[in-house]
Amino acid sequence: MSFDRKSPGRKLFLVCNYVIISLITLSCVVPLLNLLAKSFSSSSAIIANRVTIFPADFTLEAYDYVLNNTRFWNSLIVSVKRVVIGVPLEVLMTILVAYPLSKSESAFPARKYYVGLFLTTMLIGGGLMPTYFIVAKTGLIDTIWSLILPGVVPVYSCIILMNFFRGIPGELEESATLDGANQFQIMTRVYLPLSKPSLATVTLFSLVGHWNSWFDGLIYSNFDRNYPLQSYLQTLVVSTVESLRTADLKKIMDLAGVSNTNMKAAQIFISLIPLMLVYPFLQKYFTTGLTLGSVKG
Amino acid sequence: MFHIMLFVPVVFTIIYKILPIPAGVLMAFQDFQPGLGFWKSAFIGLDNFRKVFRLEEFSAALRNTLIIAVGKIAGNLFVAVVFALLLNEVPSRWFKRASQTITYLPYFLSWVVVAGILIDVLSPGNAASPAGLLNNFLMRLGIVREPVYFLGSNRTFRATMILSDIWKSFGYNAIIYLAALTGIDPTLYEAAAVDGAGRWKQTLHITLPGIAPFVALMTILSIGSILSAGFDQIINLYNPIVYETGDIIDTLVYRLGIGRQQYSLSAAIGLAKSLVSCVLVLLGYKIADKYAGYRVW
Repeated sequence: MSFDRKSPGRKLFLVCNYVIISLITLSCVVPLLNLLAKSFSSSSAIIANRVTIFPADFTLEAYDYVLNNTRFWNSLIVSVKRVVIGVPLEVLMTILVAYPLSKSESAFPARKYYVGLFLTTMLIGGGLMPTYFIVAKTGLIDTIWSLILPGVVPVYSCIILMNFFRGIPGELEESATLDGANQFQIMTRVYLPLSKPSLATVTLFSLVGHWNSWFDGLIYSNFDRNYPLQSYLQTLVVSTVESLRTADLKKIMDLAGVSNTNMKAAQIFISLIPLMLVYPFLQKYFTTGLTLGSVKG
Repeated sequence: MFHIMLFVPVVFTIIYKILPIPAGVLMAFQDFQPGLGFWKSAFIGLDNFRKVFRLEEFSAALRNTLIIAVGKIAGNLFVAVVFALLLNEVPSRWFKRASQTITYLPYFLSWVVVAGILIDVLSPGNAASPAGLLNNFLMRLGIVREPVYFLGSNRTFRATMILSDIWKSFGYNAIIYLAALTGIDPTLYEAAAVDGAGRWKQTLHITLPGIAPFVALMTILSIGSILSAGFDQIINLYNPIVYETGDIIDTLVYRLGIGRQQYSLSAAIGLAKSLVSCVLVLLGYKIADKYAGYRVW
């Protein structure tokens, strides 16, 4: 390889490669920077097309508006609520499914029936309307639980954690059993402390899932005060041409009033702050999760 | 003990994931009225399915779904593999890492946020606001003379969906292929170099065959999603002008069910989609298991 690196063809290739990758990378970040810049620019500068990736006519006007916008704060609180309740609950459910199912058929003969159940949910979706009616029948509409309970058992996360548990040497379980530990103690004292990277992965999956979900909030809430942040953003970002169930004239007028680009941009960016905070961890654990979950053996 | 652990997750799974399946089957053969409920709504046999197949919107949605889904599967695969190959040739670890960090950022943004960004970036502009980033750029380079209405024209809508999906996910998808690339035995390259093979020949004869199994596996596993062309993306980006080319099965199910209160028609389409997808997913798993030893559980 060393002789080949010096060849002019190789040099040319490397230069081109750097340029291409740089352009591709820029294409991912420039739209974001442009929007960020717009959130700090005045409306007139945006209309005059003077905003690039740097703000023009720097102003905090948009953020000032957002801080005084009760609808924004309301939906932010709903989102925080769903994360605080939903994520721990999802992780708990994941552990409770993954641990028993990580055992062999001989240790847990009924395993195959449970696997069948969860596999069914992976293969067949319930469909939009039937699920809606079940959620309504169980009285969850307009409560925070409509955003949490329908997806409280994340099967994909269960598979990731189950595979991780399987990789833990069985001798540990045997010696704990000899010491008189029961299965619940083995799970909490032996398996869980050894599974931190995997638990981090499923926690992050759940966190990002909850933070980014918008559709459930939209269909399971009759009042927009129950919208989580992403559902609120959806009504803000997407034009209201298509009449939504809850839309009325007043709402459309409200939307028209706040749909200035800089204000939209500011709200989008505030909604991204939590994701940015966990992004370093996402990078670390999502990749392990990805390779754990999908490419094994 | 294992049964006790599984009890709560199983109950939630049965209520919110399993129960909607028979409920959906029931609805599909009924003229479902929420006031009458599942038990008292009239049974009408296959009428809903007959109606669906006569529905012009349905054949358009089916066609659009297939075109967009296949475009996404092929495009995502191609771009992710090429990007991974290019990145793999970068000697600088710092540059590689920085590029990766940035390119998989969009993957973690919700489609609501990405739609907010895209609507702005792709905007053709109007009397009150300037053209978006991309139209500005294309016009400045002289590639187009008039601003392109990416999201508002039937000529460009599908391509816009495919390309924006690739934009959002190629960085993330590339991770898998990069992992596969690092897994290739380095002695193979050394041996090839000794035999006088240049970088291009090495890529052709060692790298590509090395990752081919992964490419095949990922393609097979994506067969199951061929009827899901990306609900979150399209619902946030389409509008009545582009229903002709942009409406997909899932958005039709949504509009029929939530918008027009045609619950049973919506459930019938959902059921048909679910069954076909299920067969395709099983087929994919079967092939993956047979040729790659890939097992989910």
